[in-house]
Amino acid sequence: MTPEELEDIAQRERETQREFPQRVNVCVAAGCLSCQSDAVKEALVKEAASRGLGDQCQVKGVGCMGLCSEGPLVSISTGHLYQHVSARDAGAILDSLQGSLVEQLLCPTDTPFFQRQKKIVLENSGTIDPERIEEYIACQGYHALVKALTEMTPQQVIAEITTSGLRGRGGAGYPTGLKWSTVAKAVGTQKFVICNADEGDPGAFMDRSVLESDPHRVLEGMLIAAYAVGASQGYIYVRAEYPLAIARLKTAIRQAERLGLLGANICGTGFNLHIELRLGAGAFVCGEETALIASIEGRRGTPRPRPPYPAMEGLVGQPTLINNVETYANVPPILRNGGAWYAQIGTEQSKGTKVFALAGRVRNTGLVEVPMGISLREMVFEIGGGIPDGKEFKAVQTGGPSGGCLPRETLDMPVEYESLARAGSIMGSGGMIVMDETSCMVDVAKYFMDFCMTESCGKCIPCRVGTYQMHRILSAITDMSAAAQDLKLLEELCDLVKHTSLCGLGQSAPNPVLSTLKYFLEEYQAHVHEHKCPAGACGVKMLEKVDA
Amino acid sequence: MSATGAVRTLKIDGRDCSARPQATILEVARENKIFIPRLCQLEGLSTVGACRLCLVEVKGSNKLLPACTTTVDEGMEITTSSEELASYRRMIVELLFTEGNHICSVCVSNGHCELQTMAQRLGVTHIHLPYRYPKKQVDASHERFVLDHNRCVLCTRCVRVCDEIEGAHTWDLMGRGIDSKVITDLNQPWGSSESCTSCGKCVQVCPTGALFEKGRSVAEMEKRRQFLPYLTLMRGERT
Repeated sequence: MTPEELEDIAQRERETQREFPQRVNVCVAAGCLSCQSDAVKEALVKEAASRGLGDQCQVKGVGCMGLCSEGPLVSISTGHLYQHVSARDAGAILDSLQGSLVEQLLCPTDTPFFQRQKKIVLENSGTIDPERIEEYIACQGYHALVKALTEMTPQQVIAEITTSGLRGRGGAGYPTGLKWSTVAKAVGTQKFVICNADEGDPGAFMDRSVLESDPHRVLEGMLIAAYAVGASQGYIYVRAEYPLAIARLKTAIRQAERLGLLGANICGTGFNLHIELRLGAGAFVCGEETALIASIEGRRGTPRPRPPYPAMEGLVGQPTLINNVETYANVPPILRNGGAWYAQIGTEQSKGTKVFALAGRVRNTGLVEVPMGISLREMVFEIGGGIPDGKEFKAVQTGGPSGGCLPRETLDMPVEYESLARAGSIMGSGGMIVMDETSCMVDVAKYFMDFCMTESCGKCIPCRVGTYQMHRILSAITDMSAAAQDLKLLEELCDLVKHTSLCGLGQSAPNPVLSTLKYFLEEYQAHVHEHKCPAGACGVKMLEKVDA
Repeated sequence: MSATGAVRTLKIDGRDCSARPQATILEVARENKIFIPRLCQLEGLSTVGACRLCLVEVKGSNKLLPACTTTVDEGMEITTSSEELASYRRMIVELLFTEGNHICSVCVSNGHCELQTMAQRLGVTHIHLPYRYPKKQVDASHERFVLDHNRCVLCTRCVRVCDEIEGAHTWDLMGRGIDSKVITDLNQPWGSSESCTSCGKCVQVCPTGALFEKGRSVAEMEKRRQFLPYLTLMRGERT
């Protein structure tokens, strides 16, 4: 594939698209599919066919449009968005392409939820059909790969990524350019690239959405990375609970191979990369890179001490580059527009944009991509639309089970790696759960500790037994049966597990407890000393028990 | 940093030490008669860094590092004992005592148990955390040996010695987190295991009374580990 041939495909596809004066896009990502958007699409196709609009109106399935709470979402070529669409509305929607809009289904798009976003990773989500490579190519897809292969040396690619200031989007925020250059310099008989798509945080679905909405973007990012570090084999480790993402990735891999953009002798340059899928069996810890590698090797998914880091000794002892889905998805636009362009976005230490899965007690829940440095207040009250039902905001939890709960006082803090860490939370992979006054923070801490305890692999003692003991104390507090010294013991256990655990899971497991102890100590004390739950959450549960 | 092959010089607890490149902190400490506690590591077996008792402070690192898997560097300054480390180690041992059912007074390994010795050495006099009292099983189906899950600390020495030295790989782990346990074959009774060669190496490397020989009464099970350095020495010479 030469640049000319690629442009040819893009041109042809754009012309085909232009032949349709009217277009209806139906979200077929998991969120809308779960409220029967496939039936909506089918009804639209049938209705269009029965009206003889087959060659005028194109009905297609597209990826996530973001506002998952209002699904199924349908967008039409006049630029309007419909929400809560059902199959019955097919006729009215087709009428509205030329006539008046269906007012009761109209979703306003001039709100901060849509206007405050800056889409780089999600630029094609909701506009292209994720199952057709031609549509991706028509949106500049694979242009960055061909540019890298034909015009750039691997060193130049790495330099561009370094300039961009991109940091790992899996949670730790390690500089991507530095990681790539370490793998590039490492010596081995074969090098590997791995895409970590084992997204397991409760309430987080950024990676799933990217894979379902724009799978070729991730493949292109991996291809560029493999070229930069000199790898010839790639793996995508995706959890088996994402059947749709897996199906779309398989389709994407097959399509890219057919066009010679993946496989042997890519674009005739002699560069090879084969990508295979590996399905995770539902262990959260397999998102930890060394456990993930063990799992790919067919062993029990448990982490091992680092160093040596995977960049030096990874899969089968060879230099291995592991990046998260979103990190790879950022690579093609960086190469297309230059590292300096990317570095303009965001803050001094955290460049670019970040995709968040906004969930919990906010009006607008769904997927948003915002520039780094946006404040938590903007996230919750502008993009999220505030707290519903007239309730008071209490806390926002970032970073999944390893993150912390941040209170009202921190709302004006910018969302970036360092400031979140200073406040006792983490960026994590991008989960953001908003809680209102009805949430008991001890109960929240207990929930996350339960998650960490269940997901501990059992290898190291502090995490295996420490999370159990912490969970026991938290349960005692919410049952109003804890003693005063239990709080001190809880703090000691947090300190131990944080500082002595083998891997990131254990080291960060105390974060929800530590952050709630720091910001909501009075709630713990009320449970322990006064035997009451200020939020009323724990008391209610006890009453339910009595009733049953 | 000096070239590969050259001797590394470092300080452990303020004492000047020299070491082969690629040597671990634990090996160098042992050569210099500096005690670092450990339960999962055993000379002659691969290291897993699981028990976290051998964590040490290394100057310039903001994290505690396991001495068993961390290789030495030129000019490293290591602290193997401090009030903080001692308290972490005591608490880890405490966690182990609460996790299983460790009743020394009726244990075959009483007086010869690494967990018991470790607790004494680290000054664990009380258990501050509540005991879990889990219901665990005993597998006495093997004609010569017994596996008592109540006393297992999941160090995985048995798994490693069976795989790496005997080459049978009878042992493995199943379950996750607090429910993890060692198993023989695919969780079949040990006595019906087709891969077990009944060599008994697992029994001898086990730090506690979780694996013991039949016919031993309280405090009678002393482990004989002399074979391990001998075997590894022979293998080292052969390669």
